[in-house]
Amino acid sequence: MKFRFFASARDAAGVADLVFDLGPGPSTVSDALARLSERSPGLGQDMGRWLSARNQRFAKPGDALEDGDEIAIFPPVSGG
Amino acid sequence: MPPPEDSVVVRLTGDPIDASRDIALARRTSIGAEVTFSGVVRGESKGRRVTVLEYEAYPEMALAEMRRLVSEARSRFRLEGAVFVHRTGRLLPGETAVLVWTASSHRAEAFGACQFLVDGMKRGVPVWKKEHYDDGAVWIEGDGGVQGRGPDCE
Repeated sequence: MKFRFFASARDAAGVADLVFDLGPGPSTVSDALARLSERSPGLGQDMGRWLSARNQRFAKPGDALEDGDEIAIFPPVSGG
Repeated sequence: MPPPEDSVVVRLTGDPIDASRDIALARRTSIGAEVTFSGVVRGESKGRRVTVLEYEAYPEMALAEMRRLVSEARSRFRLEGAVFVHRTGRLLPGETAVLVWTASSHRAEAFGACQFLVDGMKRGVPVWKKEHYDDGAVWIEGDGGVQGRGPDCE
């Protein structure tokens, strides 16, 4: 699973992206975020601060995961 | 660059925005009512002097969301032409960060579509601004918030 981080989420993660195997079991976006929290305490300590997208669409926690998904983590947007 | 078939220009760019060029690309014939919005970098934020405003995008998703908003505006407002451009990188006060141009037969639709696209961008296009000051820099989170806090109430 590939994770990409933007803006202050990248600062919190310390990296722009992360690739790791979620292992057996995880099947939803919520599961993926839980695994990510374990891997990245910088993000995990304030998980409620971040929004997530799955394959470039805003994600809901219950959304199902598929092989090859890209999950992006970022703060509320502030464009314009 | 040839004019787009559908009179829509949606772009992220690291270069200064050239509004007249992009509008000329989108404007096929005189449609009737045209509205232009520019988001311009302010030199001050909450009493602090802003030296640079840095914009970052999640490019693939930002473009997809911008195109989706234009598509929705087409049906809601009978939009006949649109330009939607956001600049990324380091901008100075006075530079244009975002350009929205809408064209429709009637002014109510052109105004409505322009507002719709700007509001939609503020809510859901994955772009973030980082304010640089003389003594530091901070990512702005949400429409008016500062990192780690929710939006400020005004």
